[in-house]
This record gives sequence, structure tokens and C-alpha cells, in this order.
Amino acid sequence: MNFRYLPTTAEDRKEMLKEIGVESIDELFSDIPEEIRFEGRLNIKEAVSEKTLTKELSRLAGKNKDLQNYVSFLGAGVYDHYIPSIVDHVISRSEFYTAYTPYQPEFSQGELQAIFEFQTMICELTGMDVSNSSMYDGGTALAEAAILSCNQTKRNTILISQSTHPEYREVVKTYALGQKLQVEEIPMKDGITDLEALQNRMDDQVACVIIQYPNFYGRIEPLKEIEPIVHGQNAHFVVSSNPLALGILTPPGHFHADIVTGDVQPLGVPQSFGGPHAGYFATTKKLMRKIPGRLVGQTTDEDGKRGFVLTLQAREQHIRREKATSNICSNQALIALAASVTMTALGKRGIREMALANVRKANYAKEAFKKKGFEIPFEGPSFNEFVVKSKKPLKVVTERLLEKGMIAGYDLGKVDPKFKDHLLVCVTEIRTKEEIDYFVKEMGEV
Amino acid sequence: MGQDQFPLIFEKSKEGRIGYSLPEFDLEETKVEDLIPEEYIRKEDPELPEVSELDIIRHYTALSRRNYGVDNGFYPLGSCTMKYNPKINEDLARIPGFVHIHPLQDERTVQGAMELMYDLQEHLKEITGMDEVTLQPAAGAHGEWTGLMMIRAFHEANGDFHRTKVIIPDSAHGTNPASATVAGFETVTVASDENGLVDLEDLKRVVGEDTAALMLTNPNTLGLFEEHILEIAEIVHGVGGKLYYDGANLNAILAKARPGDMGFDVVHLNLHKTFTGPHGGGGPGSGPVGVKKELIPFLPVPVLVKGENGYTFDYDRPESIGRVKPFYGNFGINIRAYAYIRTMGPDGLKKVAENAVLNANYMMRKLSPYYDLPFDRHCKHEFVLSGRRQKKLGVRTLDIAKRLLDFGFHPPTIYFPLNVEEALMIEPTETESKETLDAFIDTMIQIAQEAEENPEIVQDAPHTTVVKRLDEAKAARKPILRYMKE
Repeated sequence: MNFRYLPTTAEDRKEMLKEIGVESIDELFSDIPEEIRFEGRLNIKEAVSEKTLTKELSRLAGKNKDLQNYVSFLGAGVYDHYIPSIVDHVISRSEFYTAYTPYQPEFSQGELQAIFEFQTMICELTGMDVSNSSMYDGGTALAEAAILSCNQTKRNTILISQSTHPEYREVVKTYALGQKLQVEEIPMKDGITDLEALQNRMDDQVACVIIQYPNFYGRIEPLKEIEPIVHGQNAHFVVSSNPLALGILTPPGHFHADIVTGDVQPLGVPQSFGGPHAGYFATTKKLMRKIPGRLVGQTTDEDGKRGFVLTLQAREQHIRREKATSNICSNQALIALAASVTMTALGKRGIREMALANVRKANYAKEAFKKKGFEIPFEGPSFNEFVVKSKKPLKVVTERLLEKGMIAGYDLGKVDPKFKDHLLVCVTEIRTKEEIDYFVKEMGEV
Repeated sequence: MGQDQFPLIFEKSKEGRIGYSLPEFDLEETKVEDLIPEEYIRKEDPELPEVSELDIIRHYTALSRRNYGVDNGFYPLGSCTMKYNPKINEDLARIPGFVHIHPLQDERTVQGAMELMYDLQEHLKEITGMDEVTLQPAAGAHGEWTGLMMIRAFHEANGDFHRTKVIIPDSAHGTNPASATVAGFETVTVASDENGLVDLEDLKRVVGEDTAALMLTNPNTLGLFEEHILEIAEIVHGVGGKLYYDGANLNAILAKARPGDMGFDVVHLNLHKTFTGPHGGGGPGSGPVGVKKELIPFLPVPVLVKGENGYTFDYDRPESIGRVKPFYGNFGINIRAYAYIRTMGPDGLKKVAENAVLNANYMMRKLSPYYDLPFDRHCKHEFVLSGRRQKKLGVRTLDIAKRLLDFGFHPPTIYFPLNVEEALMIEPTETESKETLDAFIDTMIQIAQEAEENPEIVQDAPHTTVVKRLDEAKAARKPILRYMKE
């Protein structure tokens, strides 16, 4: 049986075996002890043709309710945004997507320059000095920020606000467990971090304080007031930010954040059932040599021409091995490229315009709910999400909305039983006035 | 010309140009000051480029032309398995029903995605011989850490809190010791013997009641099968340790031998290596982890469960190590791996391993007269040469790698593994034809001759690339990590 990815013919095989000086392929596997040789045939599905496979996967995909056919008000860390058509065209260039990590810079200037530009754009958005080339996602990037803080401050307590994405909090806890670090949650008050509780908990064993901005509930956290509390004990101020929001919000760097992380998914990356997305990691000059993951730096070649290389590699696992503070190797380079193309397309004006559209549309929806007599539990400035309390059991409501072609939002009862029938609603620039009005109306009429 | 030849996108920026098309804004334009407190409204716009759509396309097209992927040519990067990335996989991963679904949608609305994930897990279980698989880790190193965290949880659940050490061969990839450290273990190195395999005597010496696990790649990074694997398993299990399989090199043994049958308790796979996920210039990858029965309780949450009424995510796992990643892993990469496995089937996967091993042995034999072969025995999917003979002529392995660029080949992995001087680690993969291998072999022979007759041409290489050798020391000494407007 022949396979289209396998070019070796029977004739080739014969010649090659002869060159090697063996009679059969089996001889090449003779070093595998007999007891563990797999002699049978793998019990997996038989090979199928391109056509059959396409049919089969299309059938599976068809079972999903995709957001091209549904109107979605679901965010909670993954968002339905405008993705410029050019993004997929660029990342489909196989010189990019079939390349390995740019270990041979002379052959990888394109990728290296693209990452250098990505790093620059992330610095611009976050207001930080340095950005790495990407992390797996916003959650693991945040966990790495916490670990860096503990290593750097030689302290072992991580404080994380309860207004941080619940899955991010869980990831931070798993990472901390490995290193025997303590994670404590700071409660929330009125939808933002309880500053008094934070102040009361601070001591000289706190390595970092983690705040999400805007937070999981959509609220804009008062970074200005939080910063002195954190730095008052010389802890690191770690901020997890939706990078799109930073098109309109004052960047965390302006409030003296030490590390800013997040996920670039809102910038041109499809939802893809949660991945692949890409984390970003930005920090100060002071922490530059502690940053996890790959960094691209500018240099010159023998003729003095500008060029780019992976740099400060002494931080990384392949050099430092067990002394490395992060084990990241593969990252999410292609997704970072997608985000770069999007940031480039949006540019200085577009990112602000898009971010502003989110603020306006979400606030319009919030007001519309209020007019309809809905309770908005966490009143206050927000980005593109807010919480609304359903008048009827949420399960019934969301079920009916689904029948009407709408994905309602995120049921916060899953995060905390006290938020039963609280819905986290996301309204991006994609949603039309008509859709919002219809949604609000249906929420009331169930 | 200098740097103007390849400007940064920022250097092409001109005020007033745009490259976007946002949805029509159909609401009243409320004042931002009425919505956001003054001090949280950004005062200075981020310096993102202002360029037209064609500017962007030309820019990235130009960048792509200064990049090199598997589609451009031979890429024998050892331990990276740079095989062909099938195009149908790219198409399938872009079906709207897969791309435009949200991870927190009601499970009943994403049953197709969950079915695919479940079926992929079933396939990976059979391929590795393990009892359960999680698809959550985003990459190999993430899988290593996840697996080690599970091993720690297993020991602790047994009241065994003193297993603080993870044993790692000196030939191992750097992620192994780094992952062990991040998971809170100390690492102990076990030496290789004169055959390039784990030194059993040394292993016996370093194992003990404090051994949590041994991490092993098999075939190892020298491309050699650890033929004493059963003794190794016995030694490690004998002291109560667990055996961890680094799946970076699984390509060599698909349908030929299974880690589960060799005694491994935990396995991670690199779907972006063996199972054709494209490397993307550094990622995204996917690093599923497979475990034996006794480690199942410790799997990260959520665990995908098939029930009578379809698929669900189970979060009620009291012994779980917790969550290792938001959501469910790099789903898009998992689709590609699934498509590949379904394309190859049981016979195809077996042929993959056979041809990968055939190609590597063929190249090794053809090149061994010209380069030193430190371990002269059949290799598996890759082999390691030493450039020490050329080094005596003043030509370093780095020079050989750079010279290969002039001939349009991506060089092998160099200076790794660490236990071989001037190492050149070559992994051809099964998707390359004999003609391609021969062309590379001829080039390597030519370079060996150049090293003897005309070493300068090798030492000064590359001669034909868009930039010459770059000053890496300068980059590290005075790091410039972002563009600054002058």
C-alpha cells in the first residue's frame, strides 16, 4: 500500500538497505528487545482518503453550534472579534508556518523580524520596556509571572484577586503547587478587588499581587490605588490585561506594573474552542534577564547590516537546564504572528477605535438592561463585559435564547454558587444594535 | 542600502493610512469620558504602524521570503522531526465548526469537537499503549511538567513525601531538567555508557528511596534505542520510582514498540513532531500526556468523559493535580494530528517508522566515512555525527552548519546532545525522498572536502543568505529588544 506522504519506493528501499548492509528493515529494529516488539497491528481506525476524511470531519464540525451561525454574547476570556481577512493569508504562508524556531538566524530573518515587531507592539500597548516572543496562553503566562516574582523577591506568597479569571487562578495554583508556593485569594467587593482586604493582607512575605485589568467581571480595576499598596511592601505588581482593552485604557506600565501578561486572542485569533491562542509577557528593564521564553534582539551582521537573533538565551532551559526558572521551549509563535498582523492592520487609530466600540456597545447593552429593570450587580466603569442578574432561572433563559440563535453569556453560578443566575455578558464591536436590542428583549421575555 | 533594504513595519508608517475595516458603528457616539474615569483613559496612543493593506501584505510577503520552512526544502533538524505538514490538515483545522466555537459554550453545543478530542485520545492510547490520555498540555515541555506533577501527586497520595529526585540522562533535552525543577524536584544526572545508552551501573548507583522518576527518551537523543529498557524499568520500579517517557522521538517506533509495553508509566507526545502539527516558527505545539491506570486519578481537570448522553467535561476529580491550562489544550493542533492519524491508519504509521529509520541509517552509513560517528550501530530516526575531525582542520560544526545554508539546506541540530563533541544531530524523517537525501549527502561530503582543501570558504559561510553571520554577542551585551522611534 502506498501513502502520499511517503516517497520511498520499493526500489529505493532495496538500494538503501544494500547501502546500509542489511537484508531487511526488520534488522534495523533488531535492537528492540523481542519482548517489547509490537508485532500486531495497531487497533486504530483504517486509513481514509482525503475526501472521506473531509466528509467525516465536516460531519463532526457540523455537530457544533458555531458562532458564524449564532449571535454570541459569551466572552469570559475568549472573544468574538473582527479578524482582518489578511491575517489568515499571512499565517498561511508556509515559509512561516512550516518553519522551526529560528535557531539559524540567517535563514529565519523573516520570522525574527516579525517577532521583534511583535515585541515592540506589545511594549507599546502595555507601556512596558520588554516583551518576550509569546507564551502558551494568558493563564500560563500569568503563572510564570508569579513564579518569576517569587524567585526574584525570594518570597513565597502569591496574592491573586478573586476578580481574576477563575481558570487563570487555577493554573497559577497548579504551578505554585509544584514549587511549594502559597497562593491566597484576595476577595472582591462590588466587582473589583477589595482594597482594604488587600491592604490588610500585605506583608513582607508577599512576592506579588495579581490583578486582572479589566477584570473577569468586566470592571476596570483601580490600578492607581492598588499600586502603592503592593509596592509599599516591595512586592511585584503583576497585571493580567486584555491587550485590546489597552487600546483605550491607560496601560499598566503607566501605573508602574512590574509584569504585564495576557492573551492576544482578542487580536485576530479565532476562538478555536480555547486554543491555540497565545500569551504575552511584558516586563521592566530591571527584570529583562529573568523573563521566561524566547527573546529576539537586534544586532548587525559582518557587513554591519541590521539583523535579528534569538538573544539572552542563557536564561533558557536548553542552556541552563535544571537551573532554568522556566521550562518553556515551544511557544505560540504563529499565533503571535497573527496578532502582529492584526495590530499592524489596526494601527494606532484602529486599535483605539475598536476598543472604544467595545466600551460603547457593552455600555449600551448595560443601560438597555437597566432600562428593562434588570439588576446590574457590579455597577461601575467596565470594558466590554458586565454582569446582569437574570430575573428567571438562568438555565431556562439560556436554553430559550439558544433556540433563538443566541449564545447568552457565561453562567457565573459555575464560578461561585452565590452568583446563581448571574450572567456575564460580553458585547464586542461585532454585535449590532439590532442584535443587542433583541438579546435584551428576549432576556426579559423568557 | 544597509537597513533600508528591509525596513521594519514601523519605518513604513505614515500618518493617515489605515489597514482595517471595523464593523459599522451603529450606535450614538457616547463620550468616552462619560464611560471611563479620566485617569484610566489612555492619553498617548500606542505607536502601532499606520499602513495600508497592501503595505502589510508586501511587508509580510517580503518577510516570508526571508524565512525557510519544510515547504522550502530539506530540514534535517535532529529531535525536531521536521516532516511534511499535510495541507489537508490545514484545511480541516479551518472548518468554521471547529474554528468559531467558544470553549465555554454549553457542552451540548460542541459535541462534534468533543467527539474528535475523545477519538484522538483513544488513538493515542493505542499508539502509546497507555490507559488514559489528556490533550491539555500546549507543548512538549508543558506535557513534561504536567506528567511530573502527576507523578508527585501519585507518590504523595501514597504517603510518600520524600521522593524529591528526578533522574535524567546526560543526553537529555534541556526541557527535562527544567521541567523537573519547575515541578519542584531536584535533578540527578545519569551517565551514558560507551554505547551511548544509559549506564546501568550508574543508574543503580543513583536510584534510591528518594527517586520520584526517571525521564527517558527512547530512542534517545543519539537516535539509539535503549535496548536495556526492561532492566531500566526494573531498576526504577524496584525502588518505587516511576518511568517517564519523553515522546520527542516517538516517530522511530510508531507501531513498532509502545512506551506502555516498555514499562513507562507516563508519556508525553509532541503532536507537532510525530503527528505533523506544523511548527509555526516556534509553536503552537501540542503535548498530550498518557498515563497508566494508577495515575489516572491525578490527571489535570477537566477530564473528557464519554457517557450515554454524549461527551462531558468532568471537573469532579478530587485527586487531580488541578488545571494546567485554561480550557482544553491546543485544539487546532489536535485536529491536525487527528487528521494525520486517520490519513495514515495502522499500516501507514508503521511505514512511517520504518522509512524514518531507513532514511536515517542510509544517511549515517553514507556519511560515516567523512565525519566521525561516535556510536557505530544501527540508529533509529536520527543519528549524531561529530565534527571533531573537521575541528582539527579549523572548521567547527557551526561553520559546517552555516555552509549548508549556502546550498539551500537547513542545517541539522548542532552542539546537541551535550555528550558528543561538535555534535551534528541529523533527522531526515520519512517524508524525504532518496534523491533529497542523496543531494544532502553529496553536499556534506563536499563540505568535508572543503574543510580539508579550502577551509576559509566554510569558515566564512554563509555567503548567499540575506544577512551574513550575525553578531550574537553584541545582541546579548547591549540588548535591543524593541524598535524605538528616533
